[in-house]
Amino acid sequence: MTASVEQGLDFDAEVSRGEFRLRVALTAAPGEVLGVLGPNGSGKSTLLNAVAGLTPASNGRILLNGQVLDNATTGEFLEAAERPVGFVFQNYRLFPHLSVLDNVAFSPRARGFSRHDARVRAVSWLARLGLADFAARRPADLSGGQAQRVALARALAGDPALLLLDEPLSALDARTRLDVQTELSRHLSDFAGPCLLVTHDPLEALVLADRLLVLEEGTIVQQGTPAQVASRPATEYVAKLVGVNLYAGYVDGAEVKLHDGGNFVVPDHGQRGEVLVALRPSAVIVSLEQPHTSARNTWPATIVGLTLLTDRVRIDLDGAPAALADVTPAAVSELGLSSGRHVWLTTKATDLEVYSYVDPTGTGESSLPLAAGQPGRTPASPDPGSSMHAS
Amino acid sequence: MSTLATPSRLSRRERERRGTRGGGSRSVPVPLLAPALVAVAFLLLPLAGLIVRAPWGDLWTILRSSDASQALQLSLWTSTVATGISLVIGVPLAWVLARTDFPGLRLLRALVTLPLVLPPVVGGVALLLAFGRNGFIGRYLDQWFSITIPFTPAAVIMAETFVAMPFLIVTVEGALRSADVGFEEAAATLGATRMTVFRRITVPLVAPSLGAGAVLCWARALGEFGATITFAGSFPGRTETMPIAVYYALESDPDAAIVLSLVLLLVSVIVLVTLRDRWLRGGTTQ
Repeated sequence: MTASVEQGLDFDAEVSRGEFRLRVALTAAPGEVLGVLGPNGSGKSTLLNAVAGLTPASNGRILLNGQVLDNATTGEFLEAAERPVGFVFQNYRLFPHLSVLDNVAFSPRARGFSRHDARVRAVSWLARLGLADFAARRPADLSGGQAQRVALARALAGDPALLLLDEPLSALDARTRLDVQTELSRHLSDFAGPCLLVTHDPLEALVLADRLLVLEEGTIVQQGTPAQVASRPATEYVAKLVGVNLYAGYVDGAEVKLHDGGNFVVPDHGQRGEVLVALRPSAVIVSLEQPHTSARNTWPATIVGLTLLTDRVRIDLDGAPAALADVTPAAVSELGLSSGRHVWLTTKATDLEVYSYVDPTGTGESSLPLAAGQPGRTPASPDPGSSMHAS
Repeated sequence: MSTLATPSRLSRRERERRGTRGGGSRSVPVPLLAPALVAVAFLLLPLAGLIVRAPWGDLWTILRSSDASQALQLSLWTSTVATGISLVIGVPLAWVLARTDFPGLRLLRALVTLPLVLPPVVGGVALLLAFGRNGFIGRYLDQWFSITIPFTPAAVIMAETFVAMPFLIVTVEGALRSADVGFEEAAATLGATRMTVFRRITVPLVAPSLGAGAVLCWARALGEFGATITFAGSFPGRTETMPIAVYYALESDPDAAIVLSLVLLLVSVIVLVTLRDRWLRGGTTQ
């Protein structure tokens, strides 16, 4: 998994920041947008800082197109100013005392262009990002969306070989975010080099990234395409992020015994061992009476909360197992669903996604994705092909 | 049943104030009010006396007399040059103190800010021992280059710089420490060397503090007395700065002393107004 590639970013290093340790091996190919997801303090920013040269690695090495950016073993280190890296910071960090034009011209100027040539370059980048009218403005006079584009223009104007984006849309309000997201997606696909995009917004990651990598506590807990990550979350955090129910259990044929209580009937693939079971909230049916249907899984539960999402209501249910269920607002009022109400939950065996946890670091060590209360749990199989897929 | 205390009166204005800005009673207890008033009187009465006693009718005549105007001019240009020198060598030192790390950094910081608390006359003695004709540096300046510093305008500038530069260093270093290094990091990722970052990002961002530090430094240089008279003496027109002129005029021509003092008071008020944002609001020098 950590095989060196000639082109693109090849990161296999450990970065310490005080008590915190980031230990990650990843590659990003030219033209690829690698989305880095993770909760606060998972090491996302540390990762970007290490690639940019703002924080040196304490072990391992970082290569770009086969050339050394940082090598803790040999001591080689390319200073941040020498790295062909474009960095779009969270909150942008536009220089408040310089005009938009001078902000964008900063990098070409610092990298050796004459003042005139740097400005010509900046003007062309501003035009490309539709910012020509804002050249004379100060960053303080820009809207969030405009500032975001200026930050992108400033990072790109230095002609970087690698692009780093740290939560590029988090400073925007929800309305602007969608517009800017579409536009950002277009510019990212124009960019020839590898791109690392840090975010904690799953939707942003799904739209912008070609591949996702999930960081937790300084290590990679999952890698894959956005679709893979969304349908088979490896940890509680990812499951919450993509909004599915995730259970850990032991499968034996057609039955999964869940560690936190309850059982599921699943399509029998003759598998035996530790597995994860993912269940979309929309595949959970809520009834007032015990139903008798073809669905193989029926269990009682108590409503503990209801949240109105844009077009549906998400119900938080306590039972064995606990679950989230999505229903229409009409169903809520018709059935009189409210907190404290006892209901029956039903789901089809074919709606359960059963898979074994694959350690994305490939070391086979840190394999406790659902760490809480399950001592000694090990992955059933490191082979993703052995997992069962039903739907 | 307990009875309530008798209500006092609350003016409409006071009700308005408590309503909008919050907070309770503003009344000051007498044990605090009395000493506070004594302090105010002590600080302001002498200055008031200066204004009352000033020979307002002869103000211009005295100011334009050769002695006073010479002292004024000498003070203005030497303190300006001292401030310039402090900017050129003090700001880089402030950066080194704020942005680098090496063994002995804390000791160095303590030493370079020592003149803040050192009696200026001691500074003058030290300068004399170093740069005097028999000083360990001055000896060679004299022997090799025939340069003699003491008792020249150059000595005035050195004495003023010695005493005033730490004010600039401390102000700028504080600003650099509290400045957001995020901008400097951003500049680095954009390909800027540390020198470019300093020139194009760091300095402009701390410009307000730089200005404040320079004004503070200039005001301190203008008022310098002890180190100057010790190291540079008091030759009228050559090394006799305003404060020294005031000191000598008090014996020979008290009216001139008062007028010169008024000028210095005016300068102080202007400095205070210039720095009002940082002093009168927060109370810190950052």
